[in-house]
Amino acid sequence: MPTLETTFAGIRCMNPFWLASAPPTNCGEQIMRAFDAGWGGAVWKTIGAPITNVSSRYSSIDWNGQRMMGLNNIELISDRPIEVNLREIAEVKKRYPKHVVIASLMVESKRETWHDIVQRAEDAGADGLELNFGCPHGMSERGMGSAVGQVPEYCERITAWVKEKARTPVIVKLTPNISDVRIPARAAKAGGADALSAINTINSITSIDLDTLEPRPNVDGKSSHGGYCGPAVKPIALNMVQQVMSDPLAALPMSGIGGIASWQDAAEFILLGSGTVQVCTAAMHYGYRIVEDMGDGLLAWMRRKGYETLGDFRGHSLPNVREWKNLNLNFKVVAHIHETKCIGCDLCYTACWDGAHQCIHLDRALPAEDVTRTPYEITAASRSVISMTPIPKLDAHNATDHGPHATPLARIPRVDEEHCVGCNLCSLVCPVPECITMERRDTGLPPETWEERVAKGAATETIAVTANPNL
Amino acid sequence: MVDNHFFTTALDEEGELLAVSTSTGFLERAPDSPEVAKRFADLHPGFAPVSAVIEANRCLYCFDAPCTVACPTHIDVPKFIKKIASGNLEGSARTILEANILGASCARACPVQVLCEGSCVMHRNNERPIEIGRLQRFAMDALHASGDPLPFSPGEETGKSVALIGGGPASLACAAELRRRGIRAEIFDARPLPGGLNTYGIAEYKLPLIESLHEIDMLAQLGVTFHFDTTVDAAKLALLEAQFDAVFLGVGLGTIHKLGVANEDRGGVTNALDFIAGYKSGAITMVPKKVAVIGGGNTAIDAANAAVRLGAEEVHMIYRRGPQQMSAFAFEYEHAKQEGVRFHFHVTPVGLVGEDRVEALKLAQLETSVDSSLVPKLEEGSELAVDLVVLAIGQGTHTSFLDGDKVQLDKGRIVVNRVNGQTSYPKFFAGGDCINGGREVVDAVADGKRAGIGIAAWLEVAHANA
Repeated sequence: MPTLETTFAGIRCMNPFWLASAPPTNCGEQIMRAFDAGWGGAVWKTIGAPITNVSSRYSSIDWNGQRMMGLNNIELISDRPIEVNLREIAEVKKRYPKHVVIASLMVESKRETWHDIVQRAEDAGADGLELNFGCPHGMSERGMGSAVGQVPEYCERITAWVKEKARTPVIVKLTPNISDVRIPARAAKAGGADALSAINTINSITSIDLDTLEPRPNVDGKSSHGGYCGPAVKPIALNMVQQVMSDPLAALPMSGIGGIASWQDAAEFILLGSGTVQVCTAAMHYGYRIVEDMGDGLLAWMRRKGYETLGDFRGHSLPNVREWKNLNLNFKVVAHIHETKCIGCDLCYTACWDGAHQCIHLDRALPAEDVTRTPYEITAASRSVISMTPIPKLDAHNATDHGPHATPLARIPRVDEEHCVGCNLCSLVCPVPECITMERRDTGLPPETWEERVAKGAATETIAVTANPNL
Repeated sequence: MVDNHFFTTALDEEGELLAVSTSTGFLERAPDSPEVAKRFADLHPGFAPVSAVIEANRCLYCFDAPCTVACPTHIDVPKFIKKIASGNLEGSARTILEANILGASCARACPVQVLCEGSCVMHRNNERPIEIGRLQRFAMDALHASGDPLPFSPGEETGKSVALIGGGPASLACAAELRRRGIRAEIFDARPLPGGLNTYGIAEYKLPLIESLHEIDMLAQLGVTFHFDTTVDAAKLALLEAQFDAVFLGVGLGTIHKLGVANEDRGGVTNALDFIAGYKSGAITMVPKKVAVIGGGNTAIDAANAAVRLGAEEVHMIYRRGPQQMSAFAFEYEHAKQEGVRFHFHVTPVGLVGEDRVEALKLAQLETSVDSSLVPKLEEGSELAVDLVVLAIGQGTHTSFLDGDKVQLDKGRIVVNRVNGQTSYPKFFAGGDCINGGREVVDAVADGKRAGIGIAAWLEVAHANA
């Protein structure tokens, strides 16, 4: 039986699922309910000198009828007194000793202030500390949050201050609002950090009210850039986690954050080196109960793959992420349309013509291949057809020729394999699973990367021109 | 010529100008029957806004979409659906109307199962086609609720004029195309209200009469002139031909066939078209206990369902062949069964029983002879007690007023060039049931649209050559 139990930077975890420091971890009552629902840990809503929040605070992007593809917020750190938060941490740890409680901290950049808050958080019973160097709104204007995370020297210095005092593991939370996330990660490691967490939220303006011309979230007619999170940011987060974890000068135990909502998301972060994962938006959207399937689904996948522990696959995809110059230029795939699955929506056709390389054609019902017909010509021909409602008594000769039937050959596209560059676009737009697959074609050439090609002194531009099927 | 007070300009029998209407006025003359409205509630209620957007987002946005090809008017379905998803309802309605000026009626009346929705690729994906008809209705209802006029203006006046015979969907669609091209359009209709079968012939639970009139009222604001209660015979047609630059024939089909048995003119026997028009216009509000509908087409189904809703205790459908041979769409047959209509297959009426009024139908079993014709087995007859018999055994044609030499006919149907609706007599164009044998509203609209464009092109050429 596989297990989700794991150890993260020395902290024993019953599972890798932590709630990120955010509204779902605002108070002890919430966190205890979250633990009851199955969360293995919680990073407390950032503790520091209490602040005053604005109203309203959140805004989101819907997509294609789905709510909250991306969420942003301009809420600051905890607005509750430090003593209250610390008292509740102690209470939670007393009632849930096996669950992980991490205190997220953010105070002004003074050594003594950091020493003080570290001491108090650990005295309350926190299993670890997360330094919030990532919050991009509000706090950053006061020299905290991402204002620290964006300056490697500050990052290193404050981490070092904390490490002077801390007895529990110190996790530095990184901001994505920077050109190269490895630089502050290296600084944190140099400062002695035990672990990293990434990413914090991304600077964003989610939308403008088209009636009032006011941005959202609306605070008395005005707004401010807020931190973006949710499913939309997952690819950005995965990239940043990979960058850090592939960098020997930066890599530390990583708590992956960013758009995680399912067991698949969690598995992907772990495959890129994360030891635990943190979740916020999905819990804000659907509640703590989502963790049940994250665990259930991950265990089922581990069983299918033959993994006993998270360590059996942690980081296993890292070697597969390379710099572009190290990819094999002689690898070739082409699109293959499985005609028995094709429903004839022809989205692949229009995508290939308008968004790719014009190598999918609708000519299968024609006497001969015709790559010259444009989408416009095909549509115009259809619009000139005289269609009639089929009436059985009037249309005796084709009385059965109406209603749903198999995809007509004329609507099943043909891939011109010679000119297909293998870009994947058709397979991405196809709504039918497994209908368009990318099939490997043997080029007869040994693997060769761009770097190798340059090293050989080959005239790369000439090769590029002669080998390009679209020229 | 009647209702002169409605008109500002029109021609009388001698070609003199009469007063005619600017405000069409017919909307105010619509019958108001709360009882019928209650009994014939929407079969497919409109979408709530949230549901419409969810449904619109299901649309895949196919290239060269099969639904658009299947639609006789080639409405750009993915385009109007995406506009619902984006919240651009104005643009959605305009997209529909650009292809189909009666988009509101068609959204409700179309047999979408065999047209757009029948061709939806989603049948082959998750087996649930996009609800195109209801989405179209949502966009059109939004336009109607906004109080805005049609998003089109009449073209610059050309001085040309066209007489349109019959006020049904074909003539209305043709008139709209003409007006958008600055050609005067005058519709001559035998009934007191416009719309033909769109107003008088579609089951009220699909398309209420008032909705048809509302849509025509909007269309009339393009400057279409109506002459109601005006029957066009051969002499009148000759007059119109002399006075107008072209004539559009949108006369539909003729009366429903007779049964061909003795005493069928007695009380208690009617036909489906009169029956449906009767309840829709408020003249019929109830039916007796036992009703028999003779026929197996969509009109027969509409009449049978109407009889159920008007309070009949037993409604029987009498059809000479089996369920597989019914010309009614399969979904209509299923609907009628759900309404409680009882079907009698392979039987035919061979006589009526009753003195003053019909009391029973004499039915005979039918068997198929070697030459595949149906032969009644009189020895296996039965009687079915009925109070009302509704005939729905097909319509004849209504083209006898045309000079047969001038306009080529085929089995009573007017022969046209399907591309532009032109008949063998160049000045006459035609569309709708009178050329296609009796199909749907959307087919008539498509015919009328092609003819309207065809007439304008023909007049332009004629004008250039003059």
